[in-house]
Amino acid sequence: MELVQTGMAGTVESSDIMVTLEPRETGGIAISLSSSVMQQFGKQIEQVIRQTLAELGVSHASVDAVDKGALDCTVRARVYAAAYRAASSEAYDWGAM
Amino acid sequence: MERKRLRRSMMFVPGNNPGMIKDAGIYGADSIMFDLEDSVSIAEKDAARFLVYQALRTLDFGAKEIVVRINDLESGLGIRDLEAIVRAGVHIVRLPKTDSAQDVVDCEQEIVRIEREAGIPEGRTGMMAAIESANGVLNAKEIAFSSDRLIGIALGAEDYVTDLKTTRSDGTELLFARCMILNAARAAGIDALDTVFADVNDEAGFIEEVKLIKKLGFDGKSIINPRQIEPLHKAFMPSEADLEKARAIMEAIAEAEARGSGVASLKGKMIDRPVVLRAQRMLALADVDGAGEV
Repeated sequence: MELVQTGMAGTVESSDIMVTLEPRETGGIAISLSSSVMQQFGKQIEQVIRQTLAELGVSHASVDAVDKGALDCTVRARVYAAAYRAASSEAYDWGAM
Repeated sequence: MERKRLRRSMMFVPGNNPGMIKDAGIYGADSIMFDLEDSVSIAEKDAARFLVYQALRTLDFGAKEIVVRINDLESGLGIRDLEAIVRAGVHIVRLPKTDSAQDVVDCEQEIVRIEREAGIPEGRTGMMAAIESANGVLNAKEIAFSSDRLIGIALGAEDYVTDLKTTRSDGTELLFARCMILNAARAAGIDALDTVFADVNDEAGFIEEVKLIKKLGFDGKSIINPRQIEPLHKAFMPSEADLEKARAIMEAIAEAEARGSGVASLKGKMIDRPVVLRAQRMLALADVDGAGEV
């Protein structure tokens, strides 16, 4: 998946995560994460973001994530939504999610 | 899909709210209904779809029935909703704004296509139809008989009263629609589900409405707040006197069977089949509540 613009999804309400994706040419995935549960789950959240982007075939992107205690499934859902928005695509591949 | 089950309470949960989705299973509603339609703004339809899809695939809601209210097919959004939620394994698709049997048939065709494409056993996904217009109410019977996948039909009152050029009041304005939907559902052998009561702070008004729909014969009601579950289930709970009578009826039936007699009586009155059916239904309701579901 090719990102062509900034894509954002989610909110800063409790149990949600706001994910902003910026396309970039090189440098892999750079994640800036702030979380209300950083100490306990920071690494886990980052891992879910990386894994979801890898599934989507996104190799290079800047990720800004503001977490308010989101479950893994919410993190995945918000990354998917932000990525498709950033790719300006609606060709969803539900079977692969 | 479970065709027959207890559906006293069907709780709406906004599809783009992760906090509410996460907690949806803990309140004791019989069915949880994730909403992709009215509670989600047009700009967030895609995000809500991803969220409900992931929740359905990941979270364990135990034995709860999981319903998703999709957008109508005419909007173009409904088909996208189906692509996600049928693959995610939803139990029941709630189709909004159902005006005709053809609306149900069109939706079913899409479900069949997606089930085939995804290798899902055909027929796994159930449906219910919400009737929300004068036209829909007049077509209630055809709608109720339109698909084997239908587990029930429901009234959506807000759009319906607008269509009638009136507003919600004491229920008089909904009586015709409720009776049409109820009779259509019973004729087709499916469930009849009532509309929401929007003022969550008016518990007395809510209970009055629940008593009315129970008296009419409805199986249950859509709700918008967990606070409405307990009073709703309580109102559907048979009284102790009714339960005693029901137990006595079933005992008399058992005694007659033990005697080899096909005719049972209680206090000199013959017990016929409708009486037995009502007694069985009451005892089943009491059993559920007795098991701590409320």
